[in-house]
Amino acid sequence: MIRDFIIFQWRIYRLSFIGSKLFYTWMSFLTFLTFVGAYCYVRQFSHGLVLTGMTDQVSWGLYIANFTFIVGLAAAAVMLVIPAYVYHNKDLHDVVILGELLAIAAIIMCLLFVNVDLGRPDRFWHLLPPLGKFNFPVSMLSWDVVVLLGYLVLNVYICGYLLYIHYLGTKPNPLVYIPFVFIAIFWAISIHTVTAFLYVGLSGRPFWNAAIVAPRFIGSAFTAGPGFMFITFQIIRRLSNYKISDEALRLLRQIITVSLMINLFMVGCEVFKEFYAESAHSSSARYLFFGLHGHNTLVPFIWFAIFIESIAAIIFLVPRLAGKFVYSNVACFLSIIGIWIEKGPGMVVSGFVPTPLGEIVEYFPTLEEALICIGIWSLGILIYSWLVHLAIPILSGTFRHKPLKSQTIAE
Amino acid sequence: MSDENKDGKNQREPRSLEDITYAPLTRRSFLKAGLVATALTTGGAVTLSPIKELDQPLSIDEFLQKHYEELTPQHMERIISRIKREIKRDYKIDADISDTKPTPGVEFAYALNIGRCIGCRRCVYACMDENNQSRDPEIQYIRVLEMEKGSMNFETSNHYYDPETVPAKNKFYVPVQCHQCDNAPCVKACPIKATWQEPDGIVVVDYNWCIGCRYCLAACPYWARRFNFAKPKIPKKDINPKMDYLGNRIRPRGVAEKCTFCIQRTRNGKLPACAEVCPTGSRIFGNILEKGNPISYILENKRVYVMKEELQTFPRFYYFFEK
Repeated sequence: MIRDFIIFQWRIYRLSFIGSKLFYTWMSFLTFLTFVGAYCYVRQFSHGLVLTGMTDQVSWGLYIANFTFIVGLAAAAVMLVIPAYVYHNKDLHDVVILGELLAIAAIIMCLLFVNVDLGRPDRFWHLLPPLGKFNFPVSMLSWDVVVLLGYLVLNVYICGYLLYIHYLGTKPNPLVYIPFVFIAIFWAISIHTVTAFLYVGLSGRPFWNAAIVAPRFIGSAFTAGPGFMFITFQIIRRLSNYKISDEALRLLRQIITVSLMINLFMVGCEVFKEFYAESAHSSSARYLFFGLHGHNTLVPFIWFAIFIESIAAIIFLVPRLAGKFVYSNVACFLSIIGIWIEKGPGMVVSGFVPTPLGEIVEYFPTLEEALICIGIWSLGILIYSWLVHLAIPILSGTFRHKPLKSQTIAE
Repeated sequence: MSDENKDGKNQREPRSLEDITYAPLTRRSFLKAGLVATALTTGGAVTLSPIKELDQPLSIDEFLQKHYEELTPQHMERIISRIKREIKRDYKIDADISDTKPTPGVEFAYALNIGRCIGCRRCVYACMDENNQSRDPEIQYIRVLEMEKGSMNFETSNHYYDPETVPAKNKFYVPVQCHQCDNAPCVKACPIKATWQEPDGIVVVDYNWCIGCRYCLAACPYWARRFNFAKPKIPKKDINPKMDYLGNRIRPRGVAEKCTFCIQRTRNGKLPACAEVCPTGSRIFGNILEKGNPISYILENKRVYVMKEELQTFPRFYYFFEK
C-alpha cells in the first residue's frame, strides 16, 4: 500500500509537467512572476522592511491588506461545502473539491503574506505553539496562527484523502472524512472571524473597534470567494472536459447575489454610524471617504469600489441578465475588485490614519512591496492551477491507479 | 488541463495519461526535465543573489535563544557576551551590558506638568542620547504635541512645530511617551509574549524574542511604540556604552522598541534621562510605593488628567496642570 502511494507521488510529479501549450505558458508565466516577487523579497530580507512604504505611523500596509482579503477567499470554500454535504445538493458535489483546493492555495498565500510582513521571519518558530511562548488565548494573533494552520491541515487531509481514494478507484469511507468536513465548515467561519477580531480587539483604533467588522468580513468573503470560483469553474469547464453543471454555477450566483446585497447594506450601516453624529472617532472614516485635512489618497479608490459593487449588484438583480453567464462574470469580477479595495487597503490603511495622536501620514507602497504581493498572488494561483491540473484527471477517471501486474509499457 | 481527451486534436501524444506517467523515462522526457531543472535553478540562483547584501550575519545561537523569562543567569551571561561581540562588530564600540532585575517594593510612576512644559524637546534628545535610538531611520520615543489652547484635540496639534522660540503664543505642549500601562493593549496583542509588564511597572520588550509582526504598534492607543524597519544607524560618538538587556542596548533590525522609563537608570536609583534634563521641572518621576513620594502627592492634590482614560489602559503616566 505504501508502494502504491510512492508510485502515486511519482506519477503526480510527472503529471505536473504534462499538459497543453496553454498550460505550459500559463505555468511558466506564473513561475516567472513568482521568481520576480521572490527576488524582491530576498532584497527585503537582506535590508529590512525599510524597502516598503510602511512607517511607524502606518505600520501595516499592502501585505496585511492582501492577507485580510485572501482569508476571505479561503473561508468561502465552505460556501460550497454547506449545500453539498448538509443539503445533499448533487450538482455541487462535483465542485466541492475544487473549492477546497482553492482554500488550500489561499491559506498558503495567507501564510506567505504574514511571513513577508514579519520583521524577523527567521524567528518564525516563536509562533509555533509547542515550541515558542504562545500568548494563547489572550492574543488574537495567536488565535489566527492556530486557526489558519488548522484549516490548512483540515483541507489538505480532506482533499488528499478524497483525491487519493478516487485515484485508487475505491469508494470513500464517509467516517474518514465527513466529520472533518463538518468541522471544516465551522472552522472556515472561525478563520475569518478571528482575522476580523484582530482588528476589532484594538480599543485604541475606533475605526476598527466596531461590532460590524466581523459581519462585514463574512459578507464580503462570501461575495468575493464564490465570485472567484464562479469565474474559475467556467474556465475549468472550458479548458477540460470536467463536468460542472449550470445548476452548480447558478447556485453560486445566488449565494454571491445575497452576500453582495448584505455587504452593500453593511457599508451603508457603517457610513451612517460614522457620519450621522460625527465625532473624533470618525476621523479614519472621514479620511477614507472624504479626505482629512487635505489628505485624500484613498478617497477615489473607496468610491470606485462602492460604485462597481453597486453596478455588480444591479447586474445580479436584473432578471434579464441572469440568463447568460457573461454578465454575471462581469459582475463577479467587479465585486472582487471592489471588495479587495474596501477590505484590503480601504480598511487596513485607513485604520492608521490619523494616528492615535492625531498625526496624518499617508501610505504608498513601494515597487518592491507591490512586486512581492504580485509574486505571492502568482504563487497562489500557480498552486491552485497545479492542484486543479492534478485533480481534474483524477476526478474524471483518466488518471487512475493501475495494479502492477497488468501494467503495460507504452508503445 | 490535458488535451488527450479531445479526439484527434493533438497527434503528438496519443497515449493516455496512465501510460505516460507509468512509462519509463525517455530521452525526450529527460531533456524536458533537464530544461525545467535548469530554468528553475537559474531562476532560483538569481532570486537568491541579493542575500549577499544581508546586513547582519545569521547566528544559530540567536536563532535558538529562548524567551527572557526562561533564561538562567548562565544563559544570560553567554547571551550578553554574544551581544557585546555583535555590537563591537557592527558599531565598533565596547558595550557594557547589564541585566538589572527589578527591586521589590518598587513601582514606578511618572507625572508631567503641562502647565510648565515649554516644548523645548530637550527630553526627546536626551532620551535619544541615553537610549541608543537609531538616527537613520530616526526613532524618537517621546513625541511632543503643540496643542491649540482651548482644547485637547490631538487632530489639530502640530507634531513638527519649529518656531523661533518656545513656548509659542497661545499654545501649550503635551509630550507623549510610553505610559507603561497596567492593562496594556500591547501586552495583550503580542502573540508570543515578547512584551510584558515587569513587577516594577515597566513594560519591556525582549528584543531577541520579538518577531516584528507590529501588532503591538497597531494596538497602542498612545502611539508609543516604534519599529526598526532597518538596522539602526548611530554615529559612534552618539552611542551610550552603558547598556541594559531589556533597556537601551542597541536593538537589532526588525523588532519593536519603546520608552522603558530608562530602565537601566531607574533600576539603579537614577531618574530617567527625560526627567533629569527637563529645564522647567515639568517631569516628576518616582516610586509610588515609597512613603512621601511626589507622584502620590500629585495624585492627591493636583488636577490630574489621564490620557484616553476611557480606554481603561490604567497608565502609570499622569498629566497635571499647575503653573
